[in-house]
Amino acid sequence: MYEELRNQVISLLSKQARLDGRKPHEYREIKIETGVSKNAEGSAKVKIGDTEVIAGVKLEVMKPYPDTPDNGSMMVNVELCPMSSPEFETGPPDIFAIELARITDRAIRESKTLDTKKLCITPGEKVWMVVIDVCTLNDAGNLYDAIYLAAMAAMKDAVFPAFDGEKLDYKNKTKEKLPLSRVPVSVTVFKYGDHILVDPMNEEEKAFDARLTVGVLENGNLCSLQKGGDTAVVADDIFRMVDLAKQKSQELRKHL
Amino acid sequence: MRLNLRQGHRVRVIPMTYEKRFDGRAFDEMRPIEAKAGIIKRAHGSGWFKIGNTEAYAAVYGPREMFPRFMQNPKKGVLRVHYNMMPFSSAGDRVRPGPSRRSKEISHVTQKALLPVVDLGEFSNAVVDVFIELPQTDAGTRCAGICAASIALADAGIPMKDMVCAISAGRVDDKMLVDLNYEEDSHENGVDIPIAMLHNSKKISLIQMDGELSSDDLKKAVEMVKKACDEIFEVQKQALKKKFEIGN
Repeated sequence: MYEELRNQVISLLSKQARLDGRKPHEYREIKIETGVSKNAEGSAKVKIGDTEVIAGVKLEVMKPYPDTPDNGSMMVNVELCPMSSPEFETGPPDIFAIELARITDRAIRESKTLDTKKLCITPGEKVWMVVIDVCTLNDAGNLYDAIYLAAMAAMKDAVFPAFDGEKLDYKNKTKEKLPLSRVPVSVTVFKYGDHILVDPMNEEEKAFDARLTVGVLENGNLCSLQKGGDTAVVADDIFRMVDLAKQKSQELRKHL
Repeated sequence: MRLNLRQGHRVRVIPMTYEKRFDGRAFDEMRPIEAKAGIIKRAHGSGWFKIGNTEAYAAVYGPREMFPRFMQNPKKGVLRVHYNMMPFSSAGDRVRPGPSRRSKEISHVTQKALLPVVDLGEFSNAVVDVFIELPQTDAGTRCAGICAASIALADAGIPMKDMVCAISAGRVDDKMLVDLNYEEDSHENGVDIPIAMLHNSKKISLIQMDGELSSDDLKKAVEMVKKACDEIFEVQKQALKKKFEIGN
């Protein structure tokens, strides 16, 4: 259905060009603003070109899961708000929203940046639950990286609300930040024919062959991977895509 | 004023007369207002409206084909409104995503508030979708949503007879006031009356109330809203003008 579009993208890429005049490995302008929603414990708005998402962190006190009585926990939820694209509909999250949330969740969780032991209040009874909700405002392509950046920026912005052992006082914020030790960055690389690119726009997202989202740590190690798209790729392509993700992660990390 | 009466219990001492507003405003003074048009690029029209700490985005898609089909109207287009608070937007606990009884009712009354100004006679079998999202709330969300939606509908070029402006009036103790914030809205001896008004005709397209009020006070409330809506209209107009200025 998008064969013609795909051919066009590939012929441009072979000349090191893109539909909007960018180079294949070039991101659109990235802007991150924190503290955008006063009632959340932490929040961030991220723009990549015209793509715009907003993330908020709420901290709740809950009973720990039975298998980890002295660990707090975290959860990422993505809302593809129907206001942000004619293609998004109201209703429970569809598979696209669920995959986006799980990709983001995995990069944060598996980097072990969040010390869940420090989120324990009383072992077996009370622990902190970190809930990160990301809502889309405008989808102009590459929600993958925008959602990840917003989630991470909101977590870095978050402070604990006052808790006296019995009641949570959301009005009264402490200065204590979340116990984060490292800054993993998630980069999504798209493949068309023999070419790869980052930060696709809407049209490019319709016609890709394969996609790889890579979670990268400061030391260059990887903490998560997720392949998408309908075509299989050779191992060398995976390595190429990982290398590009590692290179681009340094650029994205500067914004966090 | 907060006093510690018993250990572990914080009790607000309620004055019998509301002398000064919690945030220092005059009784007929609204919180600061800002508005923008055309901020969501993929939508056919969009608006953003901020009043104090309450912030609303609205986006309009359509007229487009109505699904599910059985909801189509062959005589005219349908206006459909979806109101939603973002999960982290509230001052208390996280708001669970998805529609609640409250958000469904607000979607419904917002649709009724906007319907009188839009002319969908030309758009048989089509739907105009209005999506309202609130990233941050401090009372007055349905009114902020209506103000943003009105901007978005105009920005989308939907035929309109008038603009809709909305604000709440109310009573705290013995004082009538306009634009209640959360502290006033949740005051135990308070009344909240959200009102949506069409700018030119001054007709009312939404009115709700909870609390006890005399009919004289209701008249006062409507007068206060009338005045406030004129100010809101100016801000909406400026936002739309700014978007359509040459060079933008």
